[in-house]
Amino acid sequence: MNARRVVAVVLPPLVLGVAAVAAWELLVQLLDLKPYFLPSPSSIADAFSGNVDRIWSAVRVSGTNALIGLLGGVVLGVAVSFLLMRFDLLNELANPMAVALNAVPIVVVVSIFQNWYPSTSEMPRRLIVAVVVYFIVLVNVSKGLRGVHATHLELLRSLAASPWAVLVKARIPNAVPFLFTALKIAAPTAVITAFVAEYFGGRQNGLGYFIPSNFAGSKNAMAWAYVLGACALGLAFYLISILLERLINKQSGPRPGGA
Amino acid sequence: MSAEPGTPNSVVVDRVSKVFNPGTSGEVEALTDIELTVTKGEFVSLIGPSGCGKSTLLRLIGNLIEPTAGTVLVNGKSAAQARLDQEYGMAFQQAGLFEWRTVARNIELPLELKGWDKARRRERAGQMLDLVQLSDFARHMPWQLSGGMQQRVAIARALAADPPLLLMDEPFGALDEMTREHMQAELLRIRSITGTSVVFVTHSIPEAVYLSDRVVVMSPRPGRITDVVDVALGARRSEDTREDATFFAKITEVREALRRVEGHVPVRGGVDDR
Amino acid sequence: MIRRALRRTVLFAIALVLVACVWELWKLIAPAPGALVPRTDDRSMPHVWDIVRRLGDPERRGLDEPIWRTVLGYAWNTGKLALGGFALGGVVGIFLAVVMARWRVAERALLPWVIMSQTVPLIALAPQVISWSGRLSIGGWEWPRWLSVCVLAAFLAFFPIAVGTLRGLKSAPSAALELMDSYAASWWRTLVKLRFPAAVPYMVPAFKLAATLSVVGVIVAEISIGQSNGIGRAVISYLQTGSGDPAKIYAAVFGAALLGMALYGLVVLADTVVTRNRPKEGIT
Repeated sequence: MNARRVVAVVLPPLVLGVAAVAAWELLVQLLDLKPYFLPSPSSIADAFSGNVDRIWSAVRVSGTNALIGLLGGVVLGVAVSFLLMRFDLLNELANPMAVALNAVPIVVVVSIFQNWYPSTSEMPRRLIVAVVVYFIVLVNVSKGLRGVHATHLELLRSLAASPWAVLVKARIPNAVPFLFTALKIAAPTAVITAFVAEYFGGRQNGLGYFIPSNFAGSKNAMAWAYVLGACALGLAFYLISILLERLINKQSGPRPGGA
Repeated sequence: MSAEPGTPNSVVVDRVSKVFNPGTSGEVEALTDIELTVTKGEFVSLIGPSGCGKSTLLRLIGNLIEPTAGTVLVNGKSAAQARLDQEYGMAFQQAGLFEWRTVARNIELPLELKGWDKARRRERAGQMLDLVQLSDFARHMPWQLSGGMQQRVAIARALAADPPLLLMDEPFGALDEMTREHMQAELLRIRSITGTSVVFVTHSIPEAVYLSDRVVVMSPRPGRITDVVDVALGARRSEDTREDATFFAKITEVREALRRVEGHVPVRGGVDDR
Repeated sequence: MIRRALRRTVLFAIALVLVACVWELWKLIAPAPGALVPRTDDRSMPHVWDIVRRLGDPERRGLDEPIWRTVLGYAWNTGKLALGGFALGGVVGIFLAVVMARWRVAERALLPWVIMSQTVPLIALAPQVISWSGRLSIGGWEWPRWLSVCVLAAFLAFFPIAVGTLRGLKSAPSAALELMDSYAASWWRTLVKLRFPAAVPYMVPAFKLAATLSVVGVIVAEISIGQSNGIGRAVISYLQTGSGDPAKIYAAVFGAALLGMALYGLVVLADTVVTRNRPKEGIT
């Protein structure tokens, strides 16, 4: 990527972002908005630089919860999609259940998980992240395992390939881009889910606790400083998943199926 | 071209019929009472209007579908056994290469399924690449190749395990005219080296005549063989053949056979009695 | 089509029964609770039949109405707000998608921020947006509380709609675009006659996702407020009495699930109507 392209890609959003922040600051100053209503970007920057340690430790807590849940959900999602691939009836049973479960906002399920573990445990949060990630991975990887081109299937049949060979040689490679599509959605989702889970009790150590509690105490600028940390965390997860995708795809080149 | 005594025929189709969705409202009589024999080393084309069942017949020979009646023998075995023993190679209209594998690894696919070890596979793939003259592209990815090159790789893959029979379903249909003619010459050249029997489905009359020893004309509703044209152009064909008077005569013969099909003029028997 | 719907319903019922069996089985054979293994006593994991029975009892002692009816009432209130948020998110999402499709510069400037907006946790915005109600007035019109809730739901819903619609608008085949060019059609006419119809297959899954997200958004907003007449309120209050009445929370869970499925079902219905003349696609 040459310099010109980099500028073309980075400049417009940067300009827009700077303009928006400037407008925001202006708005607060001009209308003399009270901080409990809408804090100015400058006050948020102050709050942030003054509390970097605390923000960082909260980010670490939320990040760990999100990461563990993410890994668990991916492993489970991939495993189950293989199972469902093999046993079609299971699939028909699981599908409506999945839609229903997906409709229950995680916020409600978290409370149930909370009851299952001692109050100092991080498990409920990791569990709910894993569940959410599991669904995303399952939907996408299943599509990839099933969506093999008809010509490929015919070819493998003409070569008398066993179902196992078809799985290994055609379905799995076909599913890889779908896994990365899932990852790109699941990674930031894992982070947000971790926040929401932290909101619901358990130890008061994650971003999901500090953000609402600061708002409740009318320390809006501080709360937004934590929010900045949260955005950075979500962005980091997303960028890492894109990086992973680029790495794996370097060999196979551009392929259909990825988002 | 004539079979040595004792060698089984490559393909024997005996009174084969195929009905899709029998007993429902979507019932289709794709093929009726087909009789066809392909001797070892012979090149036979199937040609006919849409719906005449030529692709269905090809897939019956390849045991990708089962006949409703009749039997199919390939190399003296049942079609199912022949498929399990990987006794034929197949090429489709879309090259169908695995986009995540290199060219060489694509060619190795049938060999992997046969359980060959890595060194042997590598060597064979190299030979096949030489055969189709794509040795420089062994480590390329399919998307980096043109349509014609991809088809050459597909043919190399179909021949990798050195099968005695090749089944081809309009493999050059997606290519432009000039590439098509080039590929036809390539196919004949490769075949002169390997001696493989070929059953070839096509829409193009000149293509059928140029490539084949015999052209089988089919008609639809229900699908059946209406004519067989013996292409007496000899075993050695070249670019000059395309200018040959016999070539044009045979094209006319096939064209008229096809017209008879469409015009429902009385046709010569439905049996290939060789 | 009715046969298929019937089949789905039966399978769903069977699946429910299976889940109940697994639930009870786990209670029976689960190892002792620890760091990884959840608690399985009757307080933490009530029996299935207790949960079902609880649905028939009233919310609090002294009330008449069985809790399932109360929860349905909450679900209705939440549903109305979710629909509002869904509609708002739809409008904003489609608007952004069209702007980004029209001007590439806009796409390059906006899209990264659209994606980034989703890294801001809703729980962060909720208190801020809620605080505007009762304090923000333009002219004589005061910002109502329910609008805050709708805005929050719209915040979650607009993202998949914007991204999905953009992808769909850009998916028109170049041959078709060239055809419209040959008719000297303006960009906007092409938008209406070609791009939008071409975008429908991409918009449908996006709207499905947005429907469920709208419900989540409203519930989270309700919880942030701490007071309302929706499912969110039910969740808070049932949680508070949780230890004494462990099966109660499940009523809220079922209510939320039903609501989500209802909205999802609405989108599926709309999809069937809009795409009734299109070839059926399937995943092989």
